[in-house]
Amino acid sequence: MSERITLQVARYRPERESEIQFESYELPCPKEWVVLDGLNHIKDRIDGTLSYRWSCRMGICGSCGMLVNGEPKLTCATFLSDYAPGPVRVEPLRNFPVIRDLVVEIGDFMGKLARVKPWIVRDSEKPLSEGEYRQTPEELDNYKQFSMCINCMLCYSACPIYGLDPHFIGPAAIALAQRYNLDSRDQGAAERMQILSEHDGIWGCTFVGECTKVCPKHVDPAGAIQRYKLQSAVEWVKAFVLPRAAQ
Amino acid sequence: MYIKRPIEPMLWLLFSAGGVMAALVMPMTLFLFGLAFPLGWLAPPTYDRLLAIVSNPLTRVILFVLCSLSLFHWAHRFRYTLYDGLQIKHLNEVINMVCYGGAVVGTLVAAYLLVMVP
Amino acid sequence: MTQNTIYTPYHPRWHRTRVSTYWWLARGSYFLFILRELSSLAVAWFVVYLLMLISAVSKGNDAYQQLLHWSGTPFALFMNIGSFVFVVLHAVTWFNLAPQAMVVKVGSRRVPGFLIAGSNYAGWVVVSIAIVALLFIQW
Repeated sequence: MSERITLQVARYRPERESEIQFESYELPCPKEWVVLDGLNHIKDRIDGTLSYRWSCRMGICGSCGMLVNGEPKLTCATFLSDYAPGPVRVEPLRNFPVIRDLVVEIGDFMGKLARVKPWIVRDSEKPLSEGEYRQTPEELDNYKQFSMCINCMLCYSACPIYGLDPHFIGPAAIALAQRYNLDSRDQGAAERMQILSEHDGIWGCTFVGECTKVCPKHVDPAGAIQRYKLQSAVEWVKAFVLPRAAQ
Repeated sequence: MYIKRPIEPMLWLLFSAGGVMAALVMPMTLFLFGLAFPLGWLAPPTYDRLLAIVSNPLTRVILFVLCSLSLFHWAHRFRYTLYDGLQIKHLNEVINMVCYGGAVVGTLVAAYLLVMVP
Repeated sequence: MTQNTIYTPYHPRWHRTRVSTYWWLARGSYFLFILRELSSLAVAWFVVYLLMLISAVSKGNDAYQQLLHWSGTPFALFMNIGSFVFVVLHAVTWFNLAPQAMVVKVGSRRVPGFLIAGSNYAGWVVVSIAIVALLFIQW
């Protein structure tokens, strides 16, 4: 087992350079260290100017997504020793503009998330006196998988379609829309369908399937998108066969 | 449910149906006619046998559906391959014309050829 | 971006990387994806070849024998063998991805993905056997 490992970290300091540069740092490599521990070691002991995002370091906040050797990964869940003897390349998430070093601009994603109305939409709320909206375990199972998303954006980074066409609404947002559509308490499916059936919605996806592979929470956004397409196609046939009933 | 762009679901449905038919029928057919017969692994069916198969009304319908849906499958998939693989989305209209237009023309040719079978 | 761009303090200057035209060469899985998508060309070629066959059959035995002969020429063999490889790739990827797009429920339980893919493969075998039977079995 190698005791030390080299991290090649992408640096972008807009006040100094206009292209991304790589800097190498030699670190200790205890077997319990994840890539994020390595970055923290650099920031604390070697170079305090290194910028990156992190928060919970336990795979739930979704802030520490980066490319590790080209693969979108949560750096808090990626062990350094798996890459021994290295070197390990750490880069900012692909398909996003880089603000500084490993920090990317996520405004586009945040906007898209809000566009799909990821909350429970009701035609009318029932009065409090009637109690809560109850759900059976089966009804919960329908959408539970899609509710596991932590908005880490690894799927956007893995999706070549999003890279090619930034208007594409993208995997996580569509999976999240599906999470609410499949919720028995929700009545907003028609509103969301209007947004997602536009050409930069579900139809931009060509089922590369990478989003599902990189998802740290096994949400399967690719599956959500294909199911959405199928559902939209079924609605289309229904509207074609029974034009009045669909109104 | 109101759908803003009703053309996309239809194209996707044709793409999917064509994909299923192509996946089920093509590998074996192409193996026989493309490899096994020309390379002499198997003797090809006699002319009379093939004529009997093709002139049956049911096979004609199946062959027509197979040809048409497979062409729409090609059109849809190839359109996106051109968009993504070559990054030429700005040629949108030309690509759509060539792909879906090609599928329509191919469908008409298939219909003509199948009607002309004695 | 040029080296001499002036940086204004406290004003962000984002770095954007353009997607390469050859992005699908960058990773194995992207390359497999583009091969899968290109299988549509093999599907289209199959339709062309099938229509040639139908047209030959309706013209008569001579035309049919001619087409069989032509199928043995290097060009036709190249097209057909290449297309065969691609339609098999299409079939396998299609069946494998089917469970992700389809949710089939029996009662309130979701049918597991391998059963959906498995039934697709079973259908493939049945159709393939039917084609062989149609062409060869005497009845």
